[in-house]
Amino acid sequence: MLEITDLHATIGGKTILNGLTLGVGAGEVHAIMGPNGAGKSTLSYVLSGRAGYEVTGGGVTFEGRDLLALDAHERAAAGLFLGLQYPVEIPGVSNLTFLRTALNAQRRARGEAEASGAEFLKLVRTEADGFGLSMDMLKRAVNVGFSGGEKKRNEMVQMAVLAPKLAVLDETDSGLDIDALRVVADGINRGRSPQRSTLLITHYQRLLDYVVPDFIHVLVGGRIVRSGGPELAHELERDGYVSIAA
Amino acid sequence: MTALPTRKDEDWRYSDLTALAEVWPSGDAQMRSVAVPAGESRALAERLAGTDWQNERVVVTVGAGGKLHLSIVQAGEPSAVTTQLYTVAVADDAHARFDILNTGGRFGRIALDVTLGARASFELGGVILGRGEQTLEIVTTLRHVAPGATSRQTVRTVVDDRATGSFLGKVMVARAGQQTDAAQSVKALLLSRSATANAKPELEIFADDVKCAHGATVGELDAQALFYLASRGVGPAEAKALLTEAFIGDAGMPEAMFDEAVQWLRAAA
Repeated sequence: MLEITDLHATIGGKTILNGLTLGVGAGEVHAIMGPNGAGKSTLSYVLSGRAGYEVTGGGVTFEGRDLLALDAHERAAAGLFLGLQYPVEIPGVSNLTFLRTALNAQRRARGEAEASGAEFLKLVRTEADGFGLSMDMLKRAVNVGFSGGEKKRNEMVQMAVLAPKLAVLDETDSGLDIDALRVVADGINRGRSPQRSTLLITHYQRLLDYVVPDFIHVLVGGRIVRSGGPELAHELERDGYVSIAA
Repeated sequence: MTALPTRKDEDWRYSDLTALAEVWPSGDAQMRSVAVPAGESRALAERLAGTDWQNERVVVTVGAGGKLHLSIVQAGEPSAVTTQLYTVAVADDAHARFDILNTGGRFGRIALDVTLGARASFELGGVILGRGEQTLEIVTTLRHVAPGATSRQTVRTVVDDRATGSFLGKVMVARAGQQTDAAQSVKALLLSRSATANAKPELEIFADDVKCAHGATVGELDAQALFYLASRGVGPAEAKALLTEAFIGDAGMPEAMFDEAVQWLRAAA
């Protein structure tokens, strides 16, 4: 599904990713944990195609295609979803317009028929209910006036509606109270299927109490220094990153 | 206007005086009047679509307690020079709203000189859309000469290529204009680094119990919002159109005018 090979990336001339190699199979949930500055967010931005990040070595394939050759919107249409650590506010554009524009842009890019208004609303209503967001909130401007928890729920609604093959969730758990954390975890668990792989990027073990990953990787200094099963999270919690990296 | 304006005229400092000089003088301004009798309401729409010089002096009066909604679309041919001046008197307890879409011609200037009676209210929703070498401007003078009047002006400018879009907004509060409540919100979006936007709010206040708010910004589309849209699958042209439409939506224009503006934006994308 996703193959990252010896990836090197810089931002503003500074090396952040330094030989990162990682494979994610179909339907697998991988967690990437690491201290601040390890390159976690950079990895998510490089995968999603944000401007300003330069890949200086290595490569990434997604279902056998060269992911790095695609523009950000093309990656989304190919089935990649980025859950942002800080979802952006867009005054003047309603959540419904935003999401419908996105869904139909992806469908057009894949040569599929666009969703009708009724089909779209039904889909959104179901997911909004599931994540505890009212349709009234979705009629408001994108993330404007939303609390931290509501913004993350909104990310989950978007993910559910867009139904990606690979979800990269960048610190989706940060700043959440326990109820919102459960909602987010629930969303990830509900989306688990052979058709969806997930890359959870986090620096707390707490989320992993609710979403048990298949694999955990420790990212330090721009490369994976250790990989293991779910039990690795507890070891990290107990011993910290420094001893693991040593 | 009896003499060709120069750069020294504060109101004309950003204008395309070369274009104006070429059509000057082609006769006196055309006079026209629009009158709303006391207590009555009117909704009127004007479309300015000249080919050479369109130069009207329009005297607008709204009688006591009356209401006027005037929509003006300046959609002149590429060769057109437009210098419209609306002199507006809004009597006591009357209301006037102007919606202006200023988008056509080589040089398009729409000026309003508004005098507000006691407890009168005035709203302006203005949108300037320019591309190529166009120079487009909205110039307003609001005269709060009696107590308790309110004015709200929202102007959004979108300029591309080497176009210039300007808003000059003067609010004058006379000594008698106590409890004036005046606000201006002026924002410009540059679609290209070679485009120019000018925003010049000016306040002249001789009363001591007034609220006068103004804010002006000039910027580009929000890179974070563009990336957010891209990360959800929306291509650059559609993302820009969506954000730009939201930007001009602030002006609160009637739907038909908004749709015309959207067509302009889609053509630019």
